[in-house]
Amino acid sequence: MEGLRFLRSEHLPHLWCAGCGHGIVLGAVIRAMLRVGVDQDRTVVVSGIGCSSRAVGYLNMDTLHTTHGRALAFATGIKLARPDLRVVVLAGDGDLAAIGGNHLIHAARRNMGITCVCFNNGIYGMTSGQYSPLTPQGFRTATAPYGHLERDFDLCRLVEAAGATYVARSTTYHVQQTIEYVARALTHDGFSFVEVLTQCPTYFGRRNRMADPVKMLEWFRQRAVTVAQAGRMKPEDLRGRVVIGEFHRTEDVSEYTRSYQALISRLSGEGDRDER
Amino acid sequence: MSQPRLMQGNEACVEGALEAGLRFFAGYPITPSTEIAEMLAERLPRVGGVFIQMEDEIASMAAVIGASLAGVRAMTATSGPGFSLKQENLGYAAITETPCVVVNVQRVGPSTGMPTSPAQGDVMQARWGTHGDHPVVVLSPSSVVETYVLTVKAFAIADELRVPVVLLSDEVTAHMRERVVLPDPGTLPRGERPRAGRAPSDVPPMVHFGEGKRVLVTGLYHDPSGFWTENPEEADRLIRRLCGKVESRREQLTMVDRWYLDDARVAVIAYGCVARSALRAVRMARERGHRVGMLRLACLWPFPRHEVTAVAGRVEAIVVPEMNLGQLAGEVERAACGRCRVVGYQRVDSELIRPEELLPVLEEV
Ligand SMILES: Cc1ncc(C[n+]2csc(CCOP(=O)(O)OP(=O)(O)O)c2C)c(N)n1
Repeated sequence: MEGLRFLRSEHLPHLWCAGCGHGIVLGAVIRAMLRVGVDQDRTVVVSGIGCSSRAVGYLNMDTLHTTHGRALAFATGIKLARPDLRVVVLAGDGDLAAIGGNHLIHAARRNMGITCVCFNNGIYGMTSGQYSPLTPQGFRTATAPYGHLERDFDLCRLVEAAGATYVARSTTYHVQQTIEYVARALTHDGFSFVEVLTQCPTYFGRRNRMADPVKMLEWFRQRAVTVAQAGRMKPEDLRGRVVIGEFHRTEDVSEYTRSYQALISRLSGEGDRDER
Repeated sequence: MSQPRLMQGNEACVEGALEAGLRFFAGYPITPSTEIAEMLAERLPRVGGVFIQMEDEIASMAAVIGASLAGVRAMTATSGPGFSLKQENLGYAAITETPCVVVNVQRVGPSTGMPTSPAQGDVMQARWGTHGDHPVVVLSPSSVVETYVLTVKAFAIADELRVPVVLLSDEVTAHMRERVVLPDPGTLPRGERPRAGRAPSDVPPMVHFGEGKRVLVTGLYHDPSGFWTENPEEADRLIRRLCGKVESRREQLTMVDRWYLDDARVAVIAYGCVARSALRAVRMARERGHRVGMLRLACLWPFPRHEVTAVAGRVEAIVVPEMNLGQLAGEVERAACGRCRVVGYQRVDSELIRPEELLPVLEEV
């Protein structure tokens, strides 16, 4: 009940379809915020465009609903202008990995102090079910009527390679883990990334014999293996599975806005040499 | 009084932005705008501001809007191809009423064109580059000192009206070095964002992030509370108010210089770098006894319609020299409304229009 203060309840009910997992992810984000004691008045939540990105409309804090794919770039401006504010990005898999892929790798590389939660439903929900860079190979979508030929990204490995300093993955079936990872991401100093698999029975499920949301959650349960389990499995056994858990965590890398603030302090001692 | 200095247009833009209180710059390098980024990378952290080179122009525009919403004066600078990339987020700044300044040092286009050569081909892009109906203010300097003055004004207008303001410079004005005496610091009005408590107007008060107001900012059509809406009446009201807040201030935003217009039979209307050649051509024509005058536009959008209409009513012809195939000439024609002939003189070969080539045009019409 305490979490209700994090919601703009006057704007409920939300616009998500029945059975959609986005509400579970949003609920997990709110529970994580409560767990770590996020200051509601000093937090900005930024999103792009997509079903998931509408989450910001229901969050009772400073919220910014931007253009498709650009949430992290807007968030970068906010964090640099106001390093004292906590900046959280909530965005879809298409938003972050396709149109916004460049911003994702660069925010990770800079180690910007932003917490990014990826609502991965493996599909473009808002535009009614076209494939995304995270649609698993072989599955059917509106634009892959014969089964998807492309391989999907392992987004966690991608952002880790790009320089993210906290990286984890969970699903809407594994709610407790999701809350735990988002909570750790929120307290992490640097670019933190949590990918959450979420079900879209309407556009993903219906085309792939999982129109029932329970079937989709069941699929997540069966597909998921932990990092530890995966370490003991043969590559061929891992095919079609999804590894969940914490992949990477380090605080050895300086958070970007702090590095920049240090530069400002160093220069303020010297005065403006350019003053003529 | 400030000391005379030798200064480049881009440098004057940097000085103007700092005078205006710039504290955030995000950009992506592209000639002929790069000096602005390079100088600000050095200057901004010295005044407690932030410079960042983003991964592209789209990201730069996004970061500028984010920083502005967080309460600081923010700017980006680019050139033709980069300006095209910024358009979607420029529209976002317009609908969310986020003050910001976008410098576009024009170069030849379309596409990569003839890289870094001068042109004035982005007049219409600056007005209509993004989709939908939206307000925009576009200022176009003709000299180094004016680049300084208009940059300060750009911030003032952006803040007062909560609109994105485009400073439409060009390669010649940006790279030219001139002896300038800048206005003394603090003498140009810097403007203010409308904040809670200010008299009600068509520009709503601005709330910054971190003030505990828990706002929602969205590029969707929204009602006065900020929440998205699909109500046609709200939609209509929003877009008409956004466009109206600039439209209704057309006269205040008009910035023109007039030369020899009182007895003129022919008028030249020019802007940017071409205005300098044009003025020279006008003076040459006067020396030869032709009654030629000139109107120079420093604010292109909103278009100074009343000024142009008035000139058109008094002369036989208006000549519009520009480095594109008639982007402003068409607008002049609209404002002239058949009161006089409108003759365009155009170059798109990357060469600046010279006074000597314009003179015969003025003599003929
Ligand atoms: C520049 C641009 N291109 C395309 C779109 C259309 N569009 C809206 S949402 C979306 C994809 C959303 O998918 P995802 O990010 O995975 O989020 P979901 O809706 O599945 O939660 C697209 C392509 C847009 N709004 N802007």
